[in-house]
Order: sequence, then C-alpha cells, then structure tokens
Amino acid sequence: MKAGGIAGAALALFALSGCAVMEAKPKPAPPIRINEDPYPSTYQRYPGALTVIRHATVFDGEGRQVNDGTLVFGDGQIVAIGGPELASPAGAVEIDGTGKYVTPGIIDVHSHLGDYPSPGTQSLSDGNEATAPARPEVWAEHSVWPQDPGFSRALMNGGVTTLQILPGSANLFGGRSVTVKNVPARTAQGMKFPGAPYGLKMACGENPKRVYGSKGNMPQTRMGNIALTRATWIKAQAYKRKWDKYERAGGDMPERDLAMDTLRGVLAGKILVHNHCYRADEMANMIDMSHEFGYKINTFHHAVESYKIADILAREGICSAMWADWYGFKMESYDGIKENIPFVHNAGACAIVHSDDPNGIQRLNQEAAKALADGIRAGVPNLSEATAWVWLSRNPAYALGILDKTGTLKAGKMADVVLWNGNPFSDYTRPERVWIDGALMYDANDPTRRPVSDFELGQPGEGDVK
Amino acid sequence: MIRRVLAALLLAAAAPVAAQTYAITGGTVALGDGSEPMPGGTVVIRDGRIAAAGPGVRVPADAQVIDATGKWVTPGIVGGFTRLGLSEVDLSADGSNDTSSNGPFSAAIDVVPSVNPLASTIAVNRADGVTRALVAPATGKNIFAGQGAVIDTGADMDAITAARRFQFVELGESGADTAGGSRSAAHVLFRNALREAAELRRFAAPISASRGELPDERERPIIRDPNESRVLGPNARRSEDVLLTRFDAAALVPVLQGRQYLLVHVERASDILQVLSLKREFPSLKIVLVGASEGWTVADRIARAGVPVIASAVNDLPASFEQLAATQSNVGRMRSAGVEVSIGMIDNDDTRNIFNQRQYAGNLVALQRVPGAAGVSWGEALAMITSRPAQAVGLGGDIGSLAPGRRGDVVIWSGDPLEGSSAAEQVFIDGVRQPLETHQTRLRDRYRHLPRRDLPEAYRR
Repeated sequence: MKAGGIAGAALALFALSGCAVMEAKPKPAPPIRINEDPYPSTYQRYPGALTVIRHATVFDGEGRQVNDGTLVFGDGQIVAIGGPELASPAGAVEIDGTGKYVTPGIIDVHSHLGDYPSPGTQSLSDGNEATAPARPEVWAEHSVWPQDPGFSRALMNGGVTTLQILPGSANLFGGRSVTVKNVPARTAQGMKFPGAPYGLKMACGENPKRVYGSKGNMPQTRMGNIALTRATWIKAQAYKRKWDKYERAGGDMPERDLAMDTLRGVLAGKILVHNHCYRADEMANMIDMSHEFGYKINTFHHAVESYKIADILAREGICSAMWADWYGFKMESYDGIKENIPFVHNAGACAIVHSDDPNGIQRLNQEAAKALADGIRAGVPNLSEATAWVWLSRNPAYALGILDKTGTLKAGKMADVVLWNGNPFSDYTRPERVWIDGALMYDANDPTRRPVSDFELGQPGEGDVK
Repeated sequence: MIRRVLAALLLAAAAPVAAQTYAITGGTVALGDGSEPMPGGTVVIRDGRIAAAGPGVRVPADAQVIDATGKWVTPGIVGGFTRLGLSEVDLSADGSNDTSSNGPFSAAIDVVPSVNPLASTIAVNRADGVTRALVAPATGKNIFAGQGAVIDTGADMDAITAARRFQFVELGESGADTAGGSRSAAHVLFRNALREAAELRRFAAPISASRGELPDERERPIIRDPNESRVLGPNARRSEDVLLTRFDAAALVPVLQGRQYLLVHVERASDILQVLSLKREFPSLKIVLVGASEGWTVADRIARAGVPVIASAVNDLPASFEQLAATQSNVGRMRSAGVEVSIGMIDNDDTRNIFNQRQYAGNLVALQRVPGAAGVSWGEALAMITSRPAQAVGLGGDIGSLAPGRRGDVVIWSGDPLEGSSAAEQVFIDGVRQPLETHQTRLRDRYRHLPRRDLPEAYRR
C-alpha cells in the first residue's frame, strides 16, 4: 500500500509540471536500493610488528610442508614464505622456531560461541529461534554475545583465528550465519570478518522433525522436512522474480520480507548454504533440491555419512564438515566411522574438521591428527600432516568464501598465524603464539597477552591459564 | 542355560580364545601405577592374570609369544566415570537408553540390569583399548541416582566386574534442581535419606534375638544386597515419618556403614567443602568426589580429607556458575596438593566416547610445557586413566595396572597411547584376546571403495 501511495504522488507531480503527455505511460520511479549490509563490520586489525619466524616446520595450508622454514609477515599480511635462504627485512622481529611448527590459524566452520555461550544459562541460550521451522529472517550475529569466555579458549588452546557462528539446527531454515575474527570486541560488529559473505544455516533430519513434530506441527517426518523446505524455496523464487524485476525496472516497490531477502540472496549466489545433514540419503535429497531450485550447497555440516557418497559430493563440489569420531549420540549419527574425513578427502571431495562444540574447538588439531592416523591405517594413499592441515584452514576458508583473504600462508593474505610449541598433530602440543592480521593476540609466555572476557573479571580464576 | 548357550554362541562368533599364557615381548611397557614407561619390557599373562611385567622378565616356556617390538604395552584403560553400556543411542531412540529413570525408586536402582554387554558402544571402546569402566546411573527425580557397577568390555555376556560398587548422588547444581531448587534442599534430603537408612537398621527385627534381650550387634542387618535384605522381610517395621521407599532406604545402609562407596558429583568449591564436612557427621562414608572443576581452589582441604577425586580432565569453561574457576590445570594442581585424582567422562559423551580419556590424559601432559599451567607426568597421566579410578573405588588390587596378580587386561598399542593418533592393536581382557571389529569397522570396509559393482553395497560383507 505504501508503495502505491508513492506512485500516486509521482503521478500528481507529473500533472502539476504540465509535462504529462496523454498517451505516454508515466516513467516508473527508479528502484530504491536496499542496503545489503546494514550491520557492517567495524573490525579493525590491531597493530603488529614486522616479524620473521625462522627454523620452524611450516605447513602452508595448501598441502606443502617446509622444513627449516621461514615465514615473514608485517602490516597485517603474509610477506613471504620460504626456506632458510629467505632474507629478513630490516627491522623485523626475529623468532627462533627451532623445534616448533608454524601453520595458518585454524578456522572452525561450525561454532555456536556467542549464541550458546558460557555460562550455558537459559537466559543466554540464543541459538535456535525454534518458533517456526523456517526462520531465514534471523541472523546469528544478533545473538552473538561477544563476552563469551569460549572465544579466548578457542584462541589460546585451539589456535582458532576465524570461526563461523551459526544458528542452531532446530529449524529447516535456521537463519544467517556470521563469520568472525577471533579477536575480542565490545560488539559483534567489531568481530565480523570484513568482506566475508553471509551463510544460511539449513537443517535436514531429526532435529526439525523432533522439535516441531513433538508440538504436533509440521514437519513431523522427513518427508515433511523436504516438503516444507521446497514450499519455502517456491516462495523465495517468486519473491526473487518480483524483486529482480523491481531492481531492473523500478516502479512499485514490492513489500520487503526479511526471510525472503535471505533466501533471495542464496538464489542469487551471494549467501552460502551451510546444510546440517548427517545421513547420505538425506544429503542426496538436499542435492536434488538444490538443483530443483537453482542454488548451490556449499557445505554439509556434521556429515557423518559423507563417506558413503563421497564420489557424489566430489562431483557436486560440496564440502563436508565432520568430526573425527563422534557417533551414535542420535540415530542419524549411528553410522559414524573414524575414517570419514580421510575417505572424503580421498574421493577428491573437500574435507573439513569442525567442532560444533566449545570444548572441541580447542582441540581441532588433535581431531585432525586422529582422522589422519585412522586414514593412514585404513590405507588411504598420499596422506600427510601437511595434507591434513588443509582440512583445518584452507578448506574451511574456501567453505566460508574467504580463501582469497586467509586460510593459507600465501603472500598478501591476512597474517593469521599460529606458532606451536611442537608438532600440532600431537596431544602434547599447544599454541605458543597466535597472530591475527599480524597482531600478537596470544603469547603463552606473556600473561598480558591473554584475553579475559568481561564476564570473568573479578571472578575466581580471572586471568588464569585455561 | 539359555544364557550360557547364547554366551557360547557369542564366544564362538566373536572368537576370543580361552585364557592362555601369553608373553608380550619387546614393547615399551608402562605399568599404569604412575611410573614412567620402560623400553624393551615383557608382560606375561597367565590364567587370566598378570604374572609379571617389566624389563628382564623371563618368558615362560609354555607361553605364546607376541612380539611387540616398536609397540607400547599398558594396562587396559579404565573409564573413570561413565555410562558405558547403558545407551545404544542417546537421543530419540525409544528404549535404547537406560541411563536414568523417572520411576518411583532412586537409591535402590541397580545399574546392572541396564548394562548391555553387546552394546555397540562397548565394542567401540573395547576396540580403542578401554577394558573396564565405572558405570553410574543418572539421576531421575531424586538426588540419588542409584548404585553403579564396575564392568569389563569383553566380548562375552559377563560384563559385571563388581556390582553395586558405589552409590551415586548429585549435590551440586543438578542436585539442587532435583531437590526442589536449592542446595540447602538437596543437603537436607541427603541427611534425611541417611537418617532413614539408619532408622531402618534400628527398626529391623533381628531374626533370632529373644524377647527382652538386647539385640546382638552382630545380628544387626548387614545388607549385602539390598534386594535380599531382612529389613524388607515380613517382620520389618519402620517409622511413619519417611520420604524414601523402604527399598531406597535399605540401599543406603551400606553407604552409611561405609561398605559401599559414595560418589558425589559437585563442581563448585563451596559445594566440595560441604561434601567434605559430611564426613564429620557421617564418619563412615567412603566419599569420592566426581567433577570438582573448582577443586584446585580448595585442593589442600580435599587432600587433608583423604577423599579421592574423579575429575573432568580438560574442563576450562565457566560452563555454569558452579564452574567459574574451571581450568585445565585443575587436575595438575590437585595432584600437586596430594589429592588422588583420576579422570572421568562427567557429562561428556559418557555413554560412548570413553576412548577420549587417553587423549585428555595426553593433554594434561602437554600442560607441563605451558607457562603458568600445571600438568602431570606421562606416568601419572596414564595412571589417571588406569589404576587411579580403580583405586578410587577400592579395586586397585584387582584392575588398572600390570602389577602381578591383577586381572589380565592388557593393550598393545601402535604407539604412545596418550597420543590420539595411536591405536589399540591387540586387547586382552582377563587374559582373553578380544575381537576388535565393530559396526564402524564393518561400515568402513563396506564403503572403502565406492565404484558401482555387480551387486549393491548391501551384499558386501
């Protein structure tokens, strides 16, 4: 109605100016552009020194290992990676990495830090808008509590420099995700990864049908899941047609719908689909659905049965975000096997180690170590530690649409770097220092380089090693 | 009879051979008693028990020799606090999860009938070197969950090592919630329950005492198995001022008398101190603390009380207000203060991921190299997942180490067992070599190669 009112006013203007020609249609009003980034990132990198790490074993995140490696970074960026011959720029801080390892920062594509924070009270549980099965209108960033103490543990013990925070999986359409730098800030905007695309959390399987079925609502079954998801995409297609036309030709502005805005973004390829899906047969259904409506599934999350259809996933170019050894905690995880990650990798598909857990996020390197060892024992060829690091940084960066910015130690990328006090594929190893955009955010030897959230100030154990 | 036949069939199917004499030679041997690993050791298993272990052990002439050169040999891992065998699938799989009960009984609940020796979770953990576990029920409507057992993970139908070994009670946040909303409510419920157990003793009629004589102390009801006690007999009397069922009260008599361990889950420092003070009121209680995330802040007092702790190894989040001081250094700091600490899976995939204990133990070793943190030595870390949990419930003389006479629970590992990347290659329980195949390994083999063949995947076995 409002749009109609505006058009009416425009007609009146034409009449007054006396330029209206009897036969000619009034020129439609030019389209109003909708701000696609109304909660923009305010993240700014912190200052860091020009730094050279020498004599370390380096995994570059692209599958290469450099022994006696050298890494140079400054001005927030990777400057150079090489062997001992690489010269140090003037004025650089030199770190002896003998016996230590250097890697890209770990990227977790599946976290609920901030939207299911510690302490896990009901009052802080903000991860599932479980009031209707399709809630693409909610944005995880609006639930993120930046004071979640979990962020600091992921940094200090896990070497996690970037993470995607997703809505929960109660809904078929859970809402938008947000990708953040693991740098403490007063606001969620202050953590948002500049330039990272949005993700859409979708879910198949047990959770939506349990949550709504138990209330006597649709979906109560897996077929209900699929039907409702398809029906929603049909609406989204119509919405997209309407808005595409408006943006092309102007005229009456169609009514805006926040939920449909997000789905239109997916259909336009601007928002990446992160689909919670355990079972192989359900993934196949979701793949067909993506073809039916013309969108791309970026990553299947918790994909415990990816090994059964790894060939299909490779062909479709879909990543699988997986645990090393979780199984059986519900029926759809009953067929979890320890070789899932290496089998998916071996099929030529994109494998990612993810956490979905504020404890697990502190040990993703150890989870990769288990998966790597299980793969080697099962006879998967061409596996190495350097290859396995691809599962921890390169592939997750690809899945989040930020591979051009981070995820590997390539010159010009963000200097998101971890110096480990030993081989990170060992349980005996911990991060010694972590840099994000070249700024030293954690140093095991310097208690002043240890973030303490507001929540922990004045509490027992404030500033303790964690 | 049917049971025996079934067991025999299962044994035949799973094919573990009967206990024989084994000599495992050439491996790096760790005893599990806190000592450091020894290269080139030999472990001899005879008649289902450890005969000898260490360097310079003679190989008996009749022994089947297993070369473990390049491998590591340790006692089997003991799940410190678990719900192993109680649940096949944890969520939305009706009937497959027996971890807790909302029925009328609490302390009387005995976890034994719920343990399924054929649970896939038992097989998965066996295949990863877990050979025994403390198995506790979870609370339903009462702060008392019931009586836990110690089980083995052997591929046979006899899983119970020690039935009704301990009673489990919640006295922290969870207990407060169950009791009606406050810790005070939980504590008064607890005291009342022990009072009812004590009264039960007083009211129970001694069977052969003559009228008028003082009952002989020796004839007081000794409740070995609460289900078969004379306090439940036709002559038993009772006060009317009671909250517990007679069954539940009877089950607490052994706790009161100190003949059954009392495992108490608390996390907050003040809750720990409240539990320690119970010992003053009820001196016979054999308390074991479970959880104790803030234990390090009162470690000296736990040590002085001589109360062992089964802790979460790497809890470091203020996940609730009872764990604000949580740190991965908790275990190391309690240990340095002289507390007997072992590692359990408290509220952490306790039905199925017991195999993570060795990874967690490795993480405690890692803390030795983190400035300001408190870790533990390798030998101590292994002890925390083998002998220490056994000792916490008085079974240290039977399981959890490679000392002579202990049960023949031995694992040969591909490498250092505290590295998650190492795998159990051979597992012995009571001296019987165990099958390591699981639902998971079968799926792995079925889907190892995906190209289409002449028949569907369902025909690949």
